Amino acid sequence: MTTNAGMTASTGAGTKAGGGAVRAAASGAGAPVALHDLSRSFGTVHALAGLSLDIAPGELVALLGPSGCGKTTALRILAGFEYADTGSVTVDGKDVSRVPAAKRDMGMVFQSYSLFPNMTALDNVGFGLRMRKLRAADRNRRAGELLDLVGLSDQAKKYPNQMSGGQQQRVALARALAIEPRVLLLDEPLSALDAKVRLQLREQIRALQQRLGITTLFVTHDQEEALSMADRVGVMKDGKLEQVAVPSKLYAEPATAFVAEFVGTMNRLPGQMQGPDRVIALGTVVPVHEGSAPGLSGDVDVMVRPEGLRIAVQPGGNGIVTDRTFLGSVTRIAVRLSGDVTVKVDHLTTEADAMSLGTSVQVSLPGAPVLVTERR
Amino acid sequence: MAAVADVEAGAQAPAPIARPAGRRRSYPVWRWVILLLAGLYFVIPLYAALRFAGLKAFPDIFKQAGFADAIELSLRLAVITTILTLVLMVPTTIYVHLRLPQIRRTMEGITILPIVIPPIVLIIGVLKVAPGFLLSTPYLLALVYVILAMPFAYRSLDAGLRAVDLKTLTEASNSLGAGWPTTLWRVVLPNIRTAMLSATVLTVALVLGEFTMASLALYVTFPVWIVQFEQNSGPVSVAASLLALFVTWLLLMVIVTVGGQGARKRGGAQVSLFTVTPPRETSHTTGEPE
Repeated sequence: MTTNAGMTASTGAGTKAGGGAVRAAASGAGAPVALHDLSRSFGTVHALAGLSLDIAPGELVALLGPSGCGKTTALRILAGFEYADTGSVTVDGKDVSRVPAAKRDMGMVFQSYSLFPNMTALDNVGFGLRMRKLRAADRNRRAGELLDLVGLSDQAKKYPNQMSGGQQQRVALARALAIEPRVLLLDEPLSALDAKVRLQLREQIRALQQRLGITTLFVTHDQEEALSMADRVGVMKDGKLEQVAVPSKLYAEPATAFVAEFVGTMNRLPGQMQGPDRVIALGTVVPVHEGSAPGLSGDVDVMVRPEGLRIAVQPGGNGIVTDRTFLGSVTRIAVRLSGDVTVKVDHLTTEADAMSLGTSVQVSLPGAPVLVTERR
Repeated sequence: MAAVADVEAGAQAPAPIARPAGRRRSYPVWRWVILLLAGLYFVIPLYAALRFAGLKAFPDIFKQAGFADAIELSLRLAVITTILTLVLMVPTTIYVHLRLPQIRRTMEGITILPIVIPPIVLIIGVLKVAPGFLLSTPYLLALVYVILAMPFAYRSLDAGLRAVDLKTLTEASNSLGAGWPTTLWRVVLPNIRTAMLSATVLTVALVLGEFTMASLALYVTFPVWIVQFEQNSGPVSVAASLLALFVTWLLLMVIVTVGGQGARKRGGAQVSLFTVTPPRETSHTTGEPE
């Protein structure tokens, strides 16, 4: 699994106090978590329909999916805020399915700002320690260390309303870590923040999670967040996991058409199977990866990433450039093919100048597609 | 088209620009006039009452027969009513917000009933159905006052709870290991303190001013004493009314000042009686000093 290089730069002041907090927070880290066949209905809505997921000790798994796919319900069941209709939740080998949230020892950072408005940052962080009967002096020292860990020791005496959104979420993270949780739950903690703060906090959370080795479940609808932070990503649809895999595999080898189209940008091209392991699309016969066209024959849809297509200026080619999006080193070029199919092709920006709107181009498929699926 | 052209031309001319400016200037004047008229409407009777009673009547209030008993009974009823109201309404309102948000509108309708139903109807009904041991004690009034205070208490508490993200706060507290009693005591109640203060003041004001029920139930509370005493000494009776009014005002000032200070310090929503002023906009989405 790829780690996020350079993320540690802004994390943890590396002070003596911060180091103490790391040792403290890490002391109970790394519990394996297993969600087994969870189902949960709200009236006629089936939020979860047989979800199973194993999370290894110290692993960060992101649940990714559209609104209403059941990812938040799964997290809330793990947290103990909801109970599953069927199935079980196991932490460190113990069934905690019916254990109330207050007794699960799980740290949680919420989507909305959840700091207690009547308490200072220090008191917020110390709240969980107070519940564990720690003496005031020890509590304040530990809370101070945790604030130092998230780089907010100078904000200790401030009330939540006196801090920015990003600072509040960092205090919330420190509060969740202060109780030395064996599992950390993140419920879209970055969604209310602006892009710059979101990126900084994303890096900080990931770096801290790796340093502390806390088993973490992270729920998000932002695929960039999920792919950049998680060891593995679970893509959910209609209360079920479509696929759980490391980000690179999820992108390169999606198990279903839904995953293929939900993660990243995907083109659908009309094609025809040429035997069990070959397909023709854009006039080219290409091989298909083993298992990426199971039992298909006849007309199919061939799924290809924008970087998986080739494009060249060619008078009388098979398409016309209809749009261009500058993405830095590459430019994404939208091409309308015959049959009113539009595809997006990534091309080196340095060579894309010749492909202005209306230019006739030839789009081709040089290699195996990501996935072949039934014709839609 | 000619009309449109005229309007467009006029919009650029100096005169039409002056007109709206003139109207803007006239608004504050009308505001002051209305404020003055409304103020006079309230102040003139008070001034007349003060003139009628005279300042000398105020010290005499405390020397009058039955005053101490009446005020003591009213204060006792106020304390009991307030405690009962808060004990019943705070958990109920919190429960409705957390677990049954879909019935909030129904609750609003139910809690307004004591205002819709005339007090005389309520007390006659209560006197008919109340068990004997309650009929013989003034605490029956406290029970009735709890119902009368419900519209005010519910609305104050509802406004306070709407100003905080109750669900997230309670879940955050639970996840940190706090049970429900601790969550209620350390997280929820401190954040609706102003709302509870509002409910308290409104309840106390209601009890100190309620006449119909106490009179029909034959208990001499402070308002009943004022009416009865009026036959002995008009000026002292009026002075007592004014005193009650000033004490209530003082309480309202205390709630607005104390509650407002606490809310400003923490920057949370400011709750004054039935209204909620949202917290100051924090820079949630802006960059921060990193």
